[in-house]
Amino acid sequence: MEMKKFKEIAEVLEKESRTTPASIAAMLNIGEDETAESIREMESEGIIRGYSAVVDREKAGYGGVSALIEVKVTPQRGEGFDRVAQRIYSYPQVRGCYLMSGGFDLAVLVEGSDMKEVALFVAEKLAVQDSVLSTSTHFVLRKYKDMGFVFGEKHQDDREGIIL
Amino acid sequence: MSIREHIKPAVRDMPPSGIRKYFDLLNEMKDAISLGIGEPDFVTPWNIREAGIYSLEKGHTHYTSNAGIYALRTEISRYVHRKYGLHYTPDMEILVTVGGSEAIDLALRSYAGPGDEVIIPQPCFVAYPACTAFTGARPVIVSLKSDNSFKLTPDLLESALTPSTRVLILQYPNNPTGGIMERHDLEGIVEILRKREDILIISDEIYAELTYGGKKHVSIASFEGMKERTLLVSGFSKAFAMTGWRLGYACGNQDLIGSMFKIHQYGIMSAPTTAQYAAITALREGDPDVAAMVEEYDRRRRIMVDGFRKAGLPCFEPEGAFYVFPSVRETGLTSEAFCDQLLTEEKVLAVPGTAFGDCGEGFIRATYANSMDNIVEAMKRIQAFAERKRNSKQ
Repeated sequence: MEMKKFKEIAEVLEKESRTTPASIAAMLNIGEDETAESIREMESEGIIRGYSAVVDREKAGYGGVSALIEVKVTPQRGEGFDRVAQRIYSYPQVRGCYLMSGGFDLAVLVEGSDMKEVALFVAEKLAVQDSVLSTSTHFVLRKYKDMGFVFGEKHQDDREGIIL
Repeated sequence: MSIREHIKPAVRDMPPSGIRKYFDLLNEMKDAISLGIGEPDFVTPWNIREAGIYSLEKGHTHYTSNAGIYALRTEISRYVHRKYGLHYTPDMEILVTVGGSEAIDLALRSYAGPGDEVIIPQPCFVAYPACTAFTGARPVIVSLKSDNSFKLTPDLLESALTPSTRVLILQYPNNPTGGIMERHDLEGIVEILRKREDILIISDEIYAELTYGGKKHVSIASFEGMKERTLLVSGFSKAFAMTGWRLGYACGNQDLIGSMFKIHQYGIMSAPTTAQYAAITALREGDPDVAAMVEEYDRRRRIMVDGFRKAGLPCFEPEGAFYVFPSVRETGLTSEAFCDQLLTEEKVLAVPGTAFGDCGEGFIRATYANSMDNIVEAMKRIQAFAERKRNSKQ
């Protein structure tokens, strides 16, 4: 029951994190206090990790560059990939870090102000780590969709007036 | 010679819709929010659009058979069986049409004419009285009541029956009220209709998928003995957000479908081919998309109902379609004055209830087929507006 409620509230917030507890309560037909309490609980339990805006940085004029870096590593005894992953994702330049199946181990999303900055980060911080066997850097040329939001032309409501 | 005086009176004398003026006003306004348009704001789900595009790539650019692609009729047969346990054979009992509205027009033209009466419960979709009048038959209006959630009751039906009654048009979930009829609501109606086997029921179930609160749509055709006498009309516009594709269908008795087929084959030839290919995919793969849209509509519905109630405009719980039909009597304004002033003062468009029949006086129709942001903003404006009007009344 609790989990079902958490899931429903979380789904609303995932779509639109600005939705107020009062609106969520109305949408899901539950009490306002109960909704606010559930959100607090999810925050304190770390189910909700944070709230942020999805920004089209290129449009905002501070594009910078981002890159997806494939990293091959040697897992460590007793700690697997966790320790090396932590050593990588702790850098603030790293926006995302995932353990992957397939031809490499970690996918690391890095952002920087220009290509040189990212390249230096890879050369000086990533590639030099003991457990890192190899890296392969792919720069993002264009973002079409991010976090579920389509970038580029905003969809306009072009429905015409019709009698029905 | 004046063309005008020779135009058939039934067509010439049909008044233009009163909603037109609002759309003209709306076009000149910036930042206006329209809660007036009766169609989904969602774009057709991508896999359905993609199927349409693929059919073009494959060169499916010709007419289809008059009744519609056989594979589509088969999918419709399966779908209706899956939803309501009804069985219609794709060969004789299903016709693919240009929207559900073509099917309604064809059925009325096949079944009703001068001297006949067609019972139309109101408030209702604007096309029923007009299409009835075009056939020369007489629309018999039954005024539904808000304290009854705008359901058709046995008493109301009985009072409208005469020996000339030929057709009953039922539309649940309802446009504009959002009302539905559950199994126990339909039972009393069916009871009466069983005594009048000459009456055809045109059941417009275009909004069936949009039924909320854990309830399931019930088709009157699923009552014993009623399938033969009911024309089940539905389509892809509302459930699959496919209004612009213009595709609907009718399921019913083979003699009726056969008659409708004749008018359809000479007037229309066949429904749009691309739309038919897309619709096959919609029925085969569309369930998750429909479920996601229904969930989103349901959330918006609650926000809007809550918003109207907080604005002091009472509304019964609409359990279907995507409309809310609150009463605006508290403000001391007529439906039309309320909508006029709401649009000019707050830039929010709602449609006066009177557009859907005289008994819609005192109500307005607002649709939640709009983004959550727009709905939240519109409700804020409506609350301020209603407050102001109530104060100035005192």
